[in-house]
Amino acid sequence: MRIAVCIKRVPDSASRIRPSGAGIETGDLKFIMNPYDEIALEEALRLKEKLGSSEVLAVSLGPADAQAVLRQALAMGADRALHLAHPGVSGLELDGRQCARALAGALRAEAPDLFLFGKLSIDDQSAQVGGLVAQELGLVSVGEVVKIEWTGERFRLHHHLDGRIEVVEAAPPVVATAHKGLNEPRYPGIKGIMAAKKKPLSSVPADPGPPAMEILRIEPPPPRQPGRIVGEGPAAVEPLLRLLRKEAKVL
Amino acid sequence: MPGSDVLVFVENHRGVLKRAALEALGEGRRLARAAGGRLGVILLGTGSSVRAEGLLGPQVVYRSEDPLFDSLHLEAYSVAFRAAIDEFQPGLFLLAATAIGREVAPLAAHLLKTAVAADVIEVEPKGQAFEVRRPIYAGKAIASVRCPRPAVVSLRPNTFPQEEPAEGPPPRVVDLPAPEASSLRARVVESRLAAGSDRLELTEADIIVSGGRGLKGPENFALLEELGRTLGAAVGASRAVCDAGWRPHSDQVGQTGKTVCPKLYIACGISGAIQHLAGMSSSKCIVAINKDPSAPIFQVADYGIVGDVFEVVPVLNEKLKEFLAG
Repeated sequence: MRIAVCIKRVPDSASRIRPSGAGIETGDLKFIMNPYDEIALEEALRLKEKLGSSEVLAVSLGPADAQAVLRQALAMGADRALHLAHPGVSGLELDGRQCARALAGALRAEAPDLFLFGKLSIDDQSAQVGGLVAQELGLVSVGEVVKIEWTGERFRLHHHLDGRIEVVEAAPPVVATAHKGLNEPRYPGIKGIMAAKKKPLSSVPADPGPPAMEILRIEPPPPRQPGRIVGEGPAAVEPLLRLLRKEAKVL
Repeated sequence: MPGSDVLVFVENHRGVLKRAALEALGEGRRLARAAGGRLGVILLGTGSSVRAEGLLGPQVVYRSEDPLFDSLHLEAYSVAFRAAIDEFQPGLFLLAATAIGREVAPLAAHLLKTAVAADVIEVEPKGQAFEVRRPIYAGKAIASVRCPRPAVVSLRPNTFPQEEPAEGPPPRVVDLPAPEASSLRARVVESRLAAGSDRLELTEADIIVSGGRGLKGPENFALLEELGRTLGAAVGASRAVCDAGWRPHSDQVGQTGKTVCPKLYIACGISGAIQHLAGMSSSKCIVAINKDPSAPIFQVADYGIVGDVFEVVPVLNEKLKEFLAG
């Protein structure tokens, strides 16, 4: 089975974000593999381990240092990596349609049986690139998957829809986006890290096409009014309830 | 002006319209009215005909009773969307950013050759485009984005006022096509309620009671469940306790979980890591209960109680019962 996993480099969720014009300051940000993409990659590796004779291709669209997350993917166990080079350093420069077109264009020829994405990237949070790639390529897709089974002919994909669980069956090729709960991603070991250095990583320019929308500015969220400590221990409960009713008017 | 017509996808499950979808409908009506455009609605699945007749205000309702739509058959949704979009020619396609909204939004975006402006908290028409505001980095920043028409915008639940029952002539009702079930490549073979599906969905709850490591173990979340029942609140959790397996991942609030904006958020035994604060700091009112007075959660809380959750929460629950009854 051929599996392609699309991964994005994003600022660590512990980062402070400093807006700057229509972008953010990236100088001292620590970038990591998007956590949901890590789950997608782990699932690809588990499918490969179960099925044997499979290939896992890791793909990342981004600036030169996106290759760092591709090396990490190779160290975790991906077989080869494809970097779609684009100069945008923050990861906000391309909209969902552009990302999807660049990825779909590069993956069309690879013709994987399974395309895996994270359910969203924790930077831009648009939650659409997987679905749009499926549309670009005319494929079926299932979002926010928490379990993937392979029957030998078809995938069985389980996902949550606000209180409902649905199981979708489809023959390859299929696009799926990974949600938390699908698995616990592994850490790359020393052996993996050494092996990754010899695995193929190619880089080609991305072809995202024209933008569909434009970021005008990025600002910090409106500051919250400073709060106050109502008191200590259970004695503070009654004054708190009075404040919630009379001042905050939420009870 | 061309492109001032607004088409809203209203999520229907067996005759029950999703609250977040009614919020999208209310915003759709406001935007259509402001621009002098038409309002159209897409309603799919069992019960949509009855609901369609009850909607006053939209000029057109596109509907299909086909039970294929009761499960998320995206190929069927795509066929229905294409027919509605081809006829209505919207300048704006609006929907709620729910689990289903996130899956169907790319269908509309592909048909209209655009991207989705996702999880938006403000929409304003600006000339031939819309300017929207959307939180990014789980709310650590807000992006203002220019979306040319036709635009596809998904709205963050719990942010816009709900649709008010309107007066007006009944809408024109148009039947949408549905494909033959046998022609679908992806088939839903099972659809069941998830465990705990009777519970309130975090992103739509008015009140959230949330717990962190300060609760010391999964069994102690019973305290919060109880407080939740008193308040009619959903129960959330921090990343640490979800990663530890105390609570399901679907309960996690934060940058790698859910972003929530309830009226009232009560954080119990949560220290307030930056990725947690990102997911809840747009709540209208925040209460923190923590025994460490220097916990960062107090920096964003409107009201804080310094104290042991095991002492404070039971008293809070009892006093609330009296308070709400009185």
